[in-house]
Amino acid sequence: MVEGVPLYLSLIVKNAFRNRRRTILTVLSVGASLCLLGLLMAVYKAFYLAEAPPEQVLRLIVRNRVSLAVPMPVSYMNQIRQVPGVREVMISQWFNGVYKDSRDPNNFFARFAVEPEKLFIVRGEIQLPEDQKRAFLAERTACIVGRPLADRLGFKLGDRITLQGDIFPINLELTVRGVYEAPVNDEALYFHQKYLEEGLGGGRQGQVGTFVILAESPEAVPGIAAAVDELFRNSTAQTKTESEQAFSLSFLSFLGNVKAFLLSIFAAVTFTMLLVAANTMAMSVRERIKEVGVMKTLGFTPGEIQRVILGEALLISLAGGALGTVLAAVACYVIRMGPAVFQQIRNLSLSPEVAAATVGMAAVIGLLSSWFPALSASRVPVVESIRHTG
Amino acid sequence: MKIPLTYNLRNLVVRKTTTLMTAFSIGLTIAVLLAVMALVDGLRLALAASGDPQHVLVLRKGSESELVSNFTRQMFLDLRSNSLIARGTDGQPRVSLELVTVVNLERAGSSEGVNVTLRGLTPPGIEMREGLKLADGRWFDPGKREVVVGASIARRFPEVQLGRTIHLGRADWEVVGVMEAGRGVANSEIFADLNLLSADNNRSEVLSSALVEAADVNAVPLLIEELNNDRRLNVEALAEKEYYAAQTSSGAPIQYIGTMVAIIMAIGSSFAAMNTMYAAVARRAREIATLRVLGFQRGSVLASFLIEAVLLSLLGGVLGFLLVLPLNGVATGIGNFVTFSEIAFQFHIGPRTALIGLSLAATIGVLGGLLPALMASRKQILTALREI
Repeated sequence: MVEGVPLYLSLIVKNAFRNRRRTILTVLSVGASLCLLGLLMAVYKAFYLAEAPPEQVLRLIVRNRVSLAVPMPVSYMNQIRQVPGVREVMISQWFNGVYKDSRDPNNFFARFAVEPEKLFIVRGEIQLPEDQKRAFLAERTACIVGRPLADRLGFKLGDRITLQGDIFPINLELTVRGVYEAPVNDEALYFHQKYLEEGLGGGRQGQVGTFVILAESPEAVPGIAAAVDELFRNSTAQTKTESEQAFSLSFLSFLGNVKAFLLSIFAAVTFTMLLVAANTMAMSVRERIKEVGVMKTLGFTPGEIQRVILGEALLISLAGGALGTVLAAVACYVIRMGPAVFQQIRNLSLSPEVAAATVGMAAVIGLLSSWFPALSASRVPVVESIRHTG
Repeated sequence: MKIPLTYNLRNLVVRKTTTLMTAFSIGLTIAVLLAVMALVDGLRLALAASGDPQHVLVLRKGSESELVSNFTRQMFLDLRSNSLIARGTDGQPRVSLELVTVVNLERAGSSEGVNVTLRGLTPPGIEMREGLKLADGRWFDPGKREVVVGASIARRFPEVQLGRTIHLGRADWEVVGVMEAGRGVANSEIFADLNLLSADNNRSEVLSSALVEAADVNAVPLLIEELNNDRRLNVEALAEKEYYAAQTSSGAPIQYIGTMVAIIMAIGSSFAAMNTMYAAVARRAREIATLRVLGFQRGSVLASFLIEAVLLSLLGGVLGFLLVLPLNGVATGIGNFVTFSEIAFQFHIGPRTALIGLSLAATIGVLGGLLPALMASRKQILTALREI
């Protein structure tokens, strides 16, 4: 009876635009929820599903099993170097410290005491002009900073940076000798570990927070991790060795059960959206019962009527999905540009997969929410529906 | 003249499906906000219950936490002579030298294990903590490898029980007691003998902190000032209460994220409420006109629809509150960024949390109801009467 798809489509579009205000409000409401869902999925992906960049796959971090805050003896280094598959081991000491005023989160950035000559081997991706590299290596109090960090805090070559120690009872007077570029960890400051060691009294010398291992090959990485931890199993300071990627995730688990937190918000948002969409469709179908009767007398089958209503819901929720995806992409961008508390935030983006999943969620919501209204509308007897006063 | 409230109530009841659906969508928004607030409140309460107003915590100058502080025995000896420090019945100053480290306890289901604060102290340190009670067993004997564990550790770790031994650092220690600190953080700590523990950690001379009791509460600020200004001592003194209160910041990331999520959800819910109210206004065009004919003013119609929207969203608020209520008192734990260990506490839903939840619900109602109510109040009587 009904001629082809174009008629369906025009019916769906006309219906969707009949109560323009309601449609717009529903699109906005669903859009806000889908923006959240898209953002949550993007965060989940950035933290848990991201593949390690090629620079990271060869690196492992060794720390004290208890906590980063508890050091290990520096003598471990020679033993670790003997482990098969290890190409290089470097001391990397997290120097917490205070730059200017700790109350301003903008003043926070990572500061590492490292062995400078090994830095460019272990972190081979660090790009630094040759003259700056020489200047950094030659001077005990020199430091290098990442480009985004230099831009953010206005560091230039030759600038002096004073770091007040908190974990370590020492204040550092550093001079910027280089500004490096790197695809990961580019918001850090590196300085000579010797400078820190010299300034410390007896109690803290010979202690190290972390070692960075560079493996010969990606295949060697799991073996190295197990071998190193086995080496110190019966020592006072047991170690925990993991890939650099897993290491940075362990900070996140410290916040609490982040996965459960994300999932419960995800569930609450989805359910809210379902209620909103179902309510809208129920309202618009209820107003239209009479019309459905007319359509039936014109020869539309119940199946066709259902499809028209489902189509309308789908159209509205897909519009909400499109809006939500755009909003989520904007939100990802804004968060990515902010200060990176976690390195993973740098990976935050609305990838095609996440965008597709968001729009897919919209479609599912559209269909689910209109299923029941469509079914009940198509089942109302003609006589009753024509008598109905909306 | 006001339109009676029962008019709104009955209207909400008549359209119960729509009312419930809208209220639930608002309720879920409120539930997210309340759950996050209950978490942060629980953390705040646990920390607020920690510390004694008469106690002063002394760290090495520049240290922000006990864990990173290096406090020497010499500093401790110099400190004892201060005249503002309370004296016990034996005439000795009420001071306690302590060592704070972190140990990693294994827990089923967590490959990482959980970090727990291990505190080494001497009997005076236990005497000074008057809020601390022994729930089971006895205190450790100085000079023996014995520990007393906090009540929430005993609850959360099946391996850490009275009579069992646990491996801490270099040696095995016997659990001889379980202590109860009300809501305080000592519930998530392990206490052991200072001298044995510091010897195990090669820190016999360099410890973490000193806990000092002022002669009375009023002397606390003066004592803090004297200690801080003593250049020879080179220490950082602060009220113990303040030290713990500052750790509430550990809940800040979750609070921040949760609040942002709740705000975005609230925007979505306002649109949903607006939709429902517009539909209500559209369906009741003739009713509104009739009310106007009966002599109700535009203002009364506006107020009536606004009230209906707020009632609807308050119902949502109550639903959200009921959804979250089972969380009240549930034990949880999050990482403490100051102590690098896990702090255990219970979700807490207090009147303040409930009030904030209901206020957000009412706000959603006003935001969603204002425009539809304005439309209702502006309807022309004659055209509205003719509408079907």
